[in-house]
Order: sequence, then C-alpha cells, then structure tokens
Amino acid sequence: MPPKKAAAKSNVSAEELLGHYREMLLIRRFEEKAGQLYGMGLIGGFCHLYIGQEAVVVGLEAAAGEGDKRVTSYRDHGHMLACGMDPKGIMAELTGREGGFSKGKGGSMHMFSKEKHFYGGHGIVGAQVPLGAGLAFSDKYKGNDRVTFAYFGDGAANQGQVYETYNMAQLWDLPVIFVIENNGYAMGTSVVRSTKSPSLWERGAAYGIAGEEVDGMNVLAVKEAGERAVAHCRAGKGPYILEVKTYRYRGHSMSDPAKYRTRDEVQKMRDERDPIEQIRDMLLTGKHATDDDLKAIDKEIKAIVNEAAEFSKESPEPHLDELWTDIYATEIPQEA
Amino acid sequence: MAIEILMPALSPTMEEGTLAKWMVKEGDKVASGDILAEIETDKATMEFEAVDEGIIGKILIEAGTEGVKVNTAIAVLVEDGEDVPDTSDAPAKQEAKAEAPPAKVPAVAKPAAPVSDVSPDWGDDVEVKATTVREALRDAMAEEMRRDDDVFLMGEEVGEYQGAYKISQGLLDEFGAKRVIDTPITEHGFAGIATGAAFGGLKPIVEFMTFNFAMQAIDHIINSAAKTLYMSGGQMGAPMVFRGPNGAAARVGAQHSQDYTAWYMQIPGLKVVAPYSAADAKGLLKSAIRDPNPVIFLENEIMYGKSFDVPVMDDFTIPFGKAKIEREGTDVTIVSFSIGMTYALQAAEKLAEEGISAEVINLRSIRPMDTETILKSVRKTNRCVTVEEGWPQGSVGSYISSVIMQEAFDYLDAPVINCTGKDVPMPYAANLEKHALVTTDEVVAACKSVTYR
Repeated sequence: MPPKKAAAKSNVSAEELLGHYREMLLIRRFEEKAGQLYGMGLIGGFCHLYIGQEAVVVGLEAAAGEGDKRVTSYRDHGHMLACGMDPKGIMAELTGREGGFSKGKGGSMHMFSKEKHFYGGHGIVGAQVPLGAGLAFSDKYKGNDRVTFAYFGDGAANQGQVYETYNMAQLWDLPVIFVIENNGYAMGTSVVRSTKSPSLWERGAAYGIAGEEVDGMNVLAVKEAGERAVAHCRAGKGPYILEVKTYRYRGHSMSDPAKYRTRDEVQKMRDERDPIEQIRDMLLTGKHATDDDLKAIDKEIKAIVNEAAEFSKESPEPHLDELWTDIYATEIPQEA
Repeated sequence: MAIEILMPALSPTMEEGTLAKWMVKEGDKVASGDILAEIETDKATMEFEAVDEGIIGKILIEAGTEGVKVNTAIAVLVEDGEDVPDTSDAPAKQEAKAEAPPAKVPAVAKPAAPVSDVSPDWGDDVEVKATTVREALRDAMAEEMRRDDDVFLMGEEVGEYQGAYKISQGLLDEFGAKRVIDTPITEHGFAGIATGAAFGGLKPIVEFMTFNFAMQAIDHIINSAAKTLYMSGGQMGAPMVFRGPNGAAARVGAQHSQDYTAWYMQIPGLKVVAPYSAADAKGLLKSAIRDPNPVIFLENEIMYGKSFDVPVMDDFTIPFGKAKIEREGTDVTIVSFSIGMTYALQAAEKLAEEGISAEVINLRSIRPMDTETILKSVRKTNRCVTVEEGWPQGSVGSYISSVIMQEAFDYLDAPVINCTGKDVPMPYAANLEKHALVTTDEVVAACKSVTYR
C-alpha cells in the first residue's frame, strides 16, 4: 500500500518544526554515537538502534501530556531521549557505568525513569504490552485522566499476550494507546513472511478497539494521530491502536548483517522518506530557518551527544557493592 | 582534524576480524552512513558504515587482512585540504577499553544471614479461635483491603463466583467490582497487567486458580515482576502477591498436580512462602500483601478445609524468614513446609512411640529461608530428614542438604535424607497416585535410617 502523503498542515509554527527537528536529530546523532562506541568496545552485548524511526516517538511525545506514561521494548534509546531523560545518563547506562539510569545494572535494554514516567526498557518481545495496560489500569483505578503509551513492534504483534491484553483493555476501558512501530522487519523476518493479515491495527477490530494507520516517517502526521488517540483515551473511551509505518535503517542489533533486504531498499527510504530531511525541507522551503540556523542546531546537538559520550566514558564502573543492592525493596518506592 | 577510523566490534563476542573488502579508496569523500568496508566477524560478513564525514586520507590496513584486532586504526579520515598525518611509526592505537581495576577481593560479602528467632507467633494470653485455612486467607485479604485502598484482588472467578475454591467468598460484596476483579481465562495477560499496575503504584493480589496455570504467566512473574527493581537500579519494582493452590490435590492427573516451590525459590527478587496452618496462612498473607516485593504465596487445596487455632488479634502478622519449631526433639530434625508438615508431624508421633524424639521445623518461608534455625537444630540432633511433595532433582530438600553440608558438616552423624514426591508425572489411578506422593511411612523409615534404628 502506498505511503500516506504528509499531512503538511500550513499552520505549523516555525518553533514547532524546529523543536521536532532538534529532537529527531538528537536521537539520530545519539544513536550514531552509540554505534561508534559499540564499535570501540565501550558498549557491550545487545544494542538496538532507533535510526530511521525518530518521527514516531518525537511525534507521539508532542501529543502526550504531563504525567502520561510510556513503556517500550529493548529498542528504547529514542523513547528515553524523546521523553526528556538526560542523554548523559542514557549513554552511561549503555557503557555500564555508575552514572547510568540504572547504575549500570540494566544496560541498553533496561532503563527506567520514575521522574519522566518511563517504565522501561523490556527485553521479552511483547511483554511490555500487558505491562502498559497495567500502568493504564493503575491510572484508571486512581481516577485520574492520564494515558499510557505502550510501544511494540510488528514482531511483537504476533505474540499471544498482545491479544489477551487487547481483550482486557477494551473490556475494562483502559486508557492505553497501543503503538505498533511497524518497521517492516521482525529481526530478519519481513511482515509478509510472518502473517497473512499484514494490516496490524485492523486486528483490534476483533476486540472492538478503534485505531488507524499512520505515516511514521512524517512527524506531523504522527503527532496528529497521537492527538486523536490521546483524546479518545482521556475521554474514557478505552484503548486505541496506532500502527505507525516506519523503517529502521540499521540492522536489528549491532551484529545483524541485514541480508534480508537490499542496500537499495534502505537507500531509497533514506533518500525519499527520511523524517529529519522532510522537516529540514519544510523549514528551508517555508523560510522558517536558514542553512546557518540549522547548522547551529546541528552543532548544538553534536555538543550534547559528545558530552554524553564523554560522561559515559568518564563515569566510573559501578562499585562492587552494587552487585548486592536493589534485589529486594525495603519499602515501596513512592510515585513521582 | 584527522580522525582515525578504528576496526569496529560488530558483535557481542568479536575480538578480531577480517577486513574483507574496502568499499572506498583514498581520496574518496564519505558521508555519515556510507559503507566504508566489509568486515568478516565471528558470525557474519558485515557492512561497516561511516559515522563522521570527510575524505579518506589514507588506508592503513589492506583489504584481505585477517586477524585485525578490534580498535586497530584501519584508515584516516581528513577534512578537505588537510594533510594526512604521518602514522607510519605510530603503533596501532588501542582505544582505552573500559577495564575494571583488578579486584583484589572477591565481590562484597552477601548480607549476613538472619539470626535464628523461634519466639512464639503470639503470646500465651491471647485468645485463639478455630479457623480453617480457607477462612484465614479470606480474612487476611479482607483486613488488608480495608487497611489500604491500593490493594485489589484479580483472577479467574474471584468475584461473582466467590472463588473457584471459595477463598474470596464475600469480598466482592464488601469491596465491589473495582477491587475484586474477575478476569477472562488469560493468565499471561492478567499477570502482565497486574505487574504493570504494581509498577504504577498499586498493590495487586493475583489469584491463580492453581499454580499449574501460572506457567502461562511465569515470564511476567520472573522477568517483569522479580527483576525490575534490580534492572532499574532501585527506581521501581512490583509490590504484589501471586497466590493460589500449589501441588497435588487429589486424582487430578499430571497437569494439575505439580509442586512449584523449588522453581520459584531459585529466583532472586521473589519472596516465596508456603503456609501450613491457618495461623501461618493469615499471618504470612498479611505480611505478603504489605511487602514491597513480589511474593509467591503457595497454598494447598487439601489444607483449605483444615482447622487450626488462629489468634484473635486486631493485626496478626508473621514475618518472612522465620521458621517455626512445631515440635521439639533431640534425635533427628525433620524440616518441611505446607502439606509436607502433615507427614512430618504424623511421623514424629509414630517415632515417639518407638522412643525416637524428632524435632519438626515448619519452614513457612522458603525464600528468605531461616537456615539458622535448621542449622541450630541439626547441631543438636546431628541428623536431618527433609519432607516435600515436589520432585527430587533440584528440590527444596536438596538445597537444605547443601546448606547443612557446608555449614554443619562436622555435626552430621548420618547423610541427610530428602523425602520427596517420586520422580514421575502424577498418575491418575488412586493406588499409583498414593505411591507417587511422599508418605508418612517413608518419613518414619528415613528417620530410622539416619538414627541407625
């Protein structure tokens, strides 16, 4: 199916466009730096980069309100940056240092921030979906109007627990937005090789859940759809599904040679649909910014990322005592 | 400024690789994302992309070179018009890899084991009332739900049906459908939702109709509930209880008759308790609901209808990690928990008739385990028999045996014997099922064996 054309609204302010540009660029530069540090052996194990998918989290964070929650899978760096977590703490977690968000004990896949209402960072494909519905359950139980964004991929969309969750979320009118980040590939298996019902959001119809497909390479389209979803949930109408069509430029993880798709396919996406380039074009053609303005932003982002990288190298490894802490709580952590 | 391009690590286990092919040559302009080279790792041939933009000033490692160590400089990137710096006599630069200072001492010592405390659960002057385990569990939940609005019960048939085993009888009437929640038959899903609700600040009690069905949900119990506190560096965890009947009931066959105690006791981050009496059930469940960690609360269907004295107190709790000496003795220590206590106490009675004095320890809490009380007793009796319905390999008893061997080896006058369920799936036939379970006679025989009688 052809991608939806950018819903380029004429009334988008320069300030908003610049904000999106800056946030997407931060994620891209951060991820490039993470890839580089991985290559240098400073980051170990699994490392799943978000490059290409930046418009998804930036668009949805623009639609989120104060106190809304989010939970995602192990491809989580973009989500954390977009919800305002400090790049230094994220990078230091990637390098397994004391200054990381989990004191070096979580790693790339497991970070959390109570302050920013970011609930991980989960490594078992699909597990974050009922967890997200549970977070929404807690808000409904407390009687507030917060919503939860539960992000998962096209691969997770074939897990049974997703549909167990759909059933209960609709049954109990839980304020949860199921965000399917469909980047076309579950590791090396394309969507068409894994299902005969490739319109993933439409599966919600079996449970009576409303939803829509969104052009995930267009941050403005994502934000608009996100606002519809948030309004639906906040009004107490139950869950909503957004199937956000996106694309990951890099391999599934650092050790993925990505032989399941052609170099041309990736290049074409980069050349024609890149989410950052789209906004860059809008900024320049709409005369909202000059080349020099954008260069200044690039420089500023590069400085933030370099500072994060430096911090992640200088922060000491966790003290050995940390091995034995945080296994059992002595009191219930208080809600932020 | 010239930038050295280093041989990258392209997999979690790569230390060196083959620089198979250069995709650029000296003088080429490259941008971020351009393919520079193909590198063979220990797993696959990978494309290596540029991060920085510039001009390939010099290629330092020829295509086809094998065994190139990670972080060796393989090329130099320069800016337009910049000279290539002379790297001919500079040794291949090794980027300072994060290395822990050599640890002189092994990792810090584990927290010290608690001291044995076998003080009675309630004072002599407290009035007691005969109560079934079933009523005690219900009373514990009701009291805690009255005490804390964030506590709720979720599970199959817990509400309108009043509990598949009638444990939640009356709770829907008192607390309403907001707090006593009937779920569809969907253990994986509702265990995940309950764990998410705990992350969000609530204190769920998840009832599994039996723990056999919790196998559908075990990923959330272990990966989501038990590990999050650690993975988040202490920022958030799952204060919740997973409860329900565990182990064999009667004649329900292989898939409905498994004892999971040994499975869950292995998991750091979980607490595991298995009450025997109604007082245990009430005091431990109230502690479990208040505990800020995920607690596995293992009940037993056969025990639900049994009656015991329960103290009449406003707020009766039993702390975790405190075993109870149900019967004092001098010749042999019998350690058990849950329904296993029935065989242990019956055996002690029979042994007494033959002049053998058995000390019977009711563990109650499996993790944390009160090993100090076991060791203190074994140092006195010099003999130990463990009793459980679960399977022998990797049993609770085998863990206790290893603790005794390491901590009280010199006190032992006989090898520890583990009385367990037989190493078979549970058969249906009445006679076979009886033989598959541990029996009082087996416990008696084991005690005689270790006392050489």
